[in-house]
Amino acid sequence: MTQQSAAETILAVENISLSFGIMKVLDSISFDIRRGEIRSIIGPNGAGKSSMLNVINGFYHPQEGSITFKGETRKQMAPHVAASHGIARTFQNIALFKGMSTLDNIMTGRNLKMKTNLFWQALHIGPARLEELENREAAEKIIDFLDIQAIRKKPVGKLPYGLQKRVELGRALAAEPELLLLDEPMAGMNSEEKEDMSRFIIDVNSEFGTTIALIEHDMGVVMDLSDRVLVLDYGKQLADGLPDEVRNNQVVIDAYLGVPHEH
Amino acid sequence: MDQKEPDTDLDTFPKLLASHVKLRPTRDAIREKDLGIWQSWTWAEAAAEIRALACGLASLGLKRGDKLAIIGDNRPRLYWGMTAAQALGAVPVPLYQDAVADEMAYVLDNADVRIALVENQEQVDKMLEVSERCPKVEHIIFDETRGLRHYEQEFLHDYEKVQLAGVAYDHDHPEFYDREVAAGSGADISIMLYTSGTTGNPKGVVLSNDNVIITARNGIVREGLTADEEVLAYLPMAWVGDNLFSYAQSYVAGFCVSCPEDASTVAQDLREIGPTYYFAPPRVYENMLTQVMIRIEDAAEIKRKLFHYFMEHARQVGVRILNGQSVSLKDSLLYKLGNILVYAPLKDVLGLSRTRLAYTAGEAIGPEIFDFYRSLGINIKQLYGQTECMVFICVQPDGEVYADTVGTPAIDVEIKIDDNGEIMYRSPGVFLSYYKNPESTASTKTEDGWVHTGDAGFFDEHNGHLKIIDRAKDVGKLNDGTLFAPKYIENKLKFFAFVKEAVLFGDGRDYSTAFINIDLDAVGNWAERRGLAYSGYIDLSNLDEVYQLIKECVDKVNQDLSADSRLANSQIRRFLILHKELDADDGELTRTRKVRRNFVGERYDILVNALYSDKTECHIDTQVTFEDGRTGSLAADVRICDAQVFADSSTDQEAAA
Repeated sequence: MTQQSAAETILAVENISLSFGIMKVLDSISFDIRRGEIRSIIGPNGAGKSSMLNVINGFYHPQEGSITFKGETRKQMAPHVAASHGIARTFQNIALFKGMSTLDNIMTGRNLKMKTNLFWQALHIGPARLEELENREAAEKIIDFLDIQAIRKKPVGKLPYGLQKRVELGRALAAEPELLLLDEPMAGMNSEEKEDMSRFIIDVNSEFGTTIALIEHDMGVVMDLSDRVLVLDYGKQLADGLPDEVRNNQVVIDAYLGVPHEH
Repeated sequence: MDQKEPDTDLDTFPKLLASHVKLRPTRDAIREKDLGIWQSWTWAEAAAEIRALACGLASLGLKRGDKLAIIGDNRPRLYWGMTAAQALGAVPVPLYQDAVADEMAYVLDNADVRIALVENQEQVDKMLEVSERCPKVEHIIFDETRGLRHYEQEFLHDYEKVQLAGVAYDHDHPEFYDREVAAGSGADISIMLYTSGTTGNPKGVVLSNDNVIITARNGIVREGLTADEEVLAYLPMAWVGDNLFSYAQSYVAGFCVSCPEDASTVAQDLREIGPTYYFAPPRVYENMLTQVMIRIEDAAEIKRKLFHYFMEHARQVGVRILNGQSVSLKDSLLYKLGNILVYAPLKDVLGLSRTRLAYTAGEAIGPEIFDFYRSLGINIKQLYGQTECMVFICVQPDGEVYADTVGTPAIDVEIKIDDNGEIMYRSPGVFLSYYKNPESTASTKTEDGWVHTGDAGFFDEHNGHLKIIDRAKDVGKLNDGTLFAPKYIENKLKFFAFVKEAVLFGDGRDYSTAFINIDLDAVGNWAERRGLAYSGYIDLSNLDEVYQLIKECVDKVNQDLSADSRLANSQIRRFLILHKELDADDGELTRTRKVRRNFVGERYDILVNALYSDKTECHIDTQVTFEDGRTGSLAADVRICDAQVFADSSTDQEAAA
């Protein structure tokens, strides 16, 4: 990266290209995420935003390029490696266990934090019991943080969409990630729900110091929340910079913000 | 009362606290649900917290006579803030936590608040927003640190740091706390409570320790409350009732108060605590009943039938059983069976299994709602009160509970009805004054201590209970001279589950008309069961079927009114269903959710005029305020519907006239 920054770079992506057959989804994308910032990726539908997140946490394996996470460079990252190294994410389409309660869903996010083996857990004695208590406390802190005490014991399948999104954020937080990937956390929400979610994202960032990579369609939200914004269009990198720079970038305005048939 | 009660010469809250530390140090004084678990503090622990906080406040400069604002949901730390202030001889001033910053600014300034103890970032932000208009506020102490990490103003203090400073201060001045507590007396100001005010700015009601403690003790004596009561503190701390039920009476009787986890979990917390002593405004009882009815309608047929069968039985004999009257053996056995199958599980769901005494006040409660709870064996009673006398004016005695009265005078309360029909009272609870407002004090309180309630009412000849008709100033006249008692009619409308709010117009007009707010839950559920599609509140409120549904309610009220010759002419001729819910953020309701009739009338004058024309539809653009204080606009075409008017059925003569 040419950019000089005071903050440490937590994740750097170098010349990533990803194709499905002849479809080039990502074309030589390079950017970095600094520790503690809120980094947004924007772009029209099909720009490759979700694919980019999927590359970061190892769902997709790019044909070219490399990813450097916390100083370690890999060509690709397996999802479980990403998770155990402190990357958590939420999905564009909610991926919760619908029949389980809010609390249980959040507890599943603690899975990687559980060290005791199945034997102890099944007996629920000794270290497993202690561990369960610790994890329950962590889950309860998240419930308190996200203000979802009232739905602690409700099956998530019965919750309204906005709350399910919040529970999903809760599950991602339960892993105590260093880097949190949020794939359209506000899609389909009304303005009040969006405002709540924005508040939570800011709070997560400032309270826990979690680095956040965010994909979002709502320009207002992106410009308000983000420290820096990366713009993609048809797999190409259009711009990268501060919200104001991006907002005033003519290429971006032409390609995205100002084009009538898009959005 | 057993000898374990504190002496009656304990005339301040810090003294009462000290006596509980001696009498019952290890019993729970206060609880709060946090991280999903009920955390509790014994009287000894609470006293230590309060002592540290009081010394901390002193180290910030809070002195005798200074005001401490308290803003937030019911939390132990905020209640401790009250006692801590009182220990120093300072005056706690609780504010409504959901008030917008502008409303707070007035009170903070008017009350000469020096230090504010607030719950969280939300409240801190509001304080910062108005800080320039409230130069007298020197320090802000916050309980929850979340989100406040990056706030660097040096007048902001973390609660725990203030307590730590207090511990150090206490160490350096070991006599200080006890000396300050001993210096307090019953005549000192205990608390200042701002009345929500249906007109004009809120007024600070100044109450002495004697006002509060004697009234609290009288209530305890009358109802035989003990240190074993369980109470859930869930009503706004700025409201006099919370100060009485969750604070003053707890300190006098020594019972434990529990604070809910969150405003949204009150129903669950209520169920877990199982309060023995409970207060709720009528609207809460209504909501509970509505929720039960919705769930029953959605339940399996056998459950539904079982419910209706036993509820009908309870309706017939339940109230008599509760009043201790005799019923036949068969009825008694059937009621016991019903208790196993329906009543007890239902009470458990409502969180009222252990409730020995439930109060309601503030508004009239629908007779069928009232009877529903009483028939389940819940001793729900109405009381009549005001901030100006620390709540109690009248209470219904056990066994003499009628839906349309507010009972007999409370202990030590004298009541008289003046020539205009206005109720006046005198009691040990009567407030000292309105803060910095001698004119209002003089116009409300006579020199010999009688207080104007502003309510019109009379004593029932048969049972000697007080009946309230309306606010004295709201009782008006139609152009033909007919008595127009808007609240009386509004309440009749609101007794229907489908009607959430009603606003009546008619004073100085030819006939009565009404705005109706539908209850979104009840009407929405009703519509769903009929397969009616709607996209939201506006759409639902404009459906033909909904208009028909509401018309039936209005017609029934009219029929009711026609039975009384004084009110027959005030039947509702025309009504409309409002396109938005009345909201305190728009100033249409007070913070205690009472309708501001005049304000609503002015705001929607287009609609009022349409009601008094022959229009059948009216277009309106409305400004609305969102929770974050931004405004937007809402446009709708509101339809106007004629109601059926009944002939005066009280006497044939008047009908002919």
